Amino acid sequence: MSESRNGEPLVEIKHLKKYFPIRKGVLSREVARVHAVDDVTVSVAKGETLGLVGESGCGKSTLGRCIVRLLDPTDGDVVFDGRSIGKLRARALRPLRRQMQMIFQDPYASLNPRKRVGTIIGDPMRIHGIGDRKERKEAVEELLQKVGLSPEHYNRFPHEFSGGQRQRIGVARALALRPRLIVADEPVSALDVSIQAQMVNLLEELQDEFHLTYVFIAHDLGVVRHVSDRIAVMYLGKLVELSPAEELYTRPIMPYTEALLSAVPVPDPDLAEKRERIVLVGDVPSPIDPPSGCRFHPRCRYATDVCSQIEPPLVDYGNGHLAACHHPLNVDKDTLARVQASTSTPEAADESALPRKPGKEESHPVPRP
Amino acid sequence: MAEPLLEVKGLNVSFATEDGTVRAVGGVDFELERGKVLGIVGESGSGKSVTAMTILGLTRDKNTRFEGEVIYKGQDLIDLSESRLRDVRGNEIAMIFQDPMTSLNPVYTVGDQIVEAIQTHEGANKREAMRRAVELLRQVGIPNPQQRVSDYPHQFSGGMRQRAMIAMALSCNPDVLIADEPTTALDVTIQAQILELLANLRRDFDSSVILITHDLGVVAEVADEIIVMYAGRVVERGSKRQIFYDPQHPYTWGLLGSIPRLDRPKPKKLHSIEGTPPSLINLPRGCKFRPRCPHAFEMCQEEPELKKRVDDAGHLDRCWLSVEDKRRLREATIAGEAQEVA
Repeated sequence: MSESRNGEPLVEIKHLKKYFPIRKGVLSREVARVHAVDDVTVSVAKGETLGLVGESGCGKSTLGRCIVRLLDPTDGDVVFDGRSIGKLRARALRPLRRQMQMIFQDPYASLNPRKRVGTIIGDPMRIHGIGDRKERKEAVEELLQKVGLSPEHYNRFPHEFSGGQRQRIGVARALALRPRLIVADEPVSALDVSIQAQMVNLLEELQDEFHLTYVFIAHDLGVVRHVSDRIAVMYLGKLVELSPAEELYTRPIMPYTEALLSAVPVPDPDLAEKRERIVLVGDVPSPIDPPSGCRFHPRCRYATDVCSQIEPPLVDYGNGHLAACHHPLNVDKDTLARVQASTSTPEAADESALPRKPGKEESHPVPRP
Repeated sequence: MAEPLLEVKGLNVSFATEDGTVRAVGGVDFELERGKVLGIVGESGSGKSVTAMTILGLTRDKNTRFEGEVIYKGQDLIDLSESRLRDVRGNEIAMIFQDPMTSLNPVYTVGDQIVEAIQTHEGANKREAMRRAVELLRQVGIPNPQQRVSDYPHQFSGGMRQRAMIAMALSCNPDVLIADEPTTALDVTIQAQILELLANLRRDFDSSVILITHDLGVVAEVADEIIVMYAGRVVERGSKRQIFYDPQHPYTWGLLGSIPRLDRPKPKKLHSIEGTPPSLINLPRGCKFRPRCPHAFEMCQEEPELKKRVDDAGHLDRCWLSVEDKRRLREATIAGEAQEVA
């Protein structure tokens, strides 16, 4: 992992929104919208790994696809290496496509079963007019070796490989154009634990070797902690917390993050018995008609009236740790006072007048022996 | 030890296919006691699901060969006729499948599907069965069961569908509940709800549960006994504490080591088990884990049997290493750090 945490941004996501229309009737009139990503602002520094976590339907995959422009944002912008690409046309976008690639979740669905491995990995180079046939073959063979396969696999078909090996082919394909950014959408969740660890290690080695920047989308909080420099937590299309990786686990500010962490089963029977588990009630509400105010309020155990009325802004609690919550956890009095002074909007004033539940500054969703 | 409710002895299951004989299960023994949760842990292809499905006779086919016994209440389920087995299936031994999206019938309401199970086994009238269905949905935590009972599966979320599956499985008060990866398709927050539900049900219904999973975190939360499977074999068996705090088989160490854990400081590099699981058509000679085991030696050319090697009641394993060697060698692996290749 690279140390350029405060370095120059490679990708800046600015107030990004992606709504999917729901159409009905003969005239296909738009009757509602799915608010998949709703006003997300975050940037990814060069050489950094940004982890993106949240439950299914929180918009993390949609955000990932908007970053590489597999989807067109409804509003807002994506700036890649200083260039706005949010509204770029396909032709103008094509040269930039080389610099950003994607790794997909399902190694069975993301490789064309009729093509040979050599073609799958070599096609991106052919499309972008890189090298001649012989050079491409050499490049592919080298890539196969880099991802832990053998050059003899060049002429095989995807079905001859196991899930873990297929995922390696997907990684080789993503690397073929020597991209700068890779958006990995659940790259290890379809793999068995022992294979998953191999894959995570491979991705980290490749990051060092090729100076890659990763956006790593996953629902497994253990894997995300392992690979990420910073982690963004999403809930119902909103970015609710953004924090340096380790700090998110020791000091979550948003109650949703706390609940998410505490729901991860711990492979240690004694700790599992000792710790208090926060079981969230109900399911994630519909993104078609998200709850008012803070979107997490119907499931939040700290929620008060203000939460259902006013949407909390994303505020900086220092050290690059941002959260959007009216009842922040694990924040000391001084920081809280400073934050409230800097965001002295009428809402913030209202908020400080509300009584706070005692004792909730102490939160340890992840047990440590 | 109390009389076991279900006993699996020397179970072997193989399938004849065009490519050769797939030896999916090759030597599984365990006992399940009343009111206990047995966790079966293993990766894909380890034979855990085939074992579970064989208990219920779901793998019966003209190309399937069975050896061994599955003793339930004094009768061998392997030899039982299909019609007798149908009385056991769903009624005394029920199963919950992994994918709640595909295991419910999309064209019948959730209520009708539960009612069908109740009527098949208990011959209750429709109204009585429907009343029971509502009550069951309430017990598994479906809000507004009165109304939701007439919903179709697509109107339920993933977590609710899994709850509906559990309600259906519980409809005849089964003695044994087999849950095959019941939470794998769900988000962690919903997984936590379902695990809590399973724990409550076992308490309220006094059912025994066989919980099949690849997630060691899940078994750490709910299981009493654990068996670890690899390439169709049970490689280690013991109580939860024995498996987690004194694991004897190098494969178990590898599994424990490869999980990125939230309860420990982050290692520089994750431990990983090198290589891939063997093909079930062409299994390696001797210990099946030998090709991937960093500690393999000459003895491993011959397959060890599952027996008690460590001085601790009920703790069995399939590894030739001496107990002292195991305790010495496993430290680095379980700590989760990648070993330096010598």
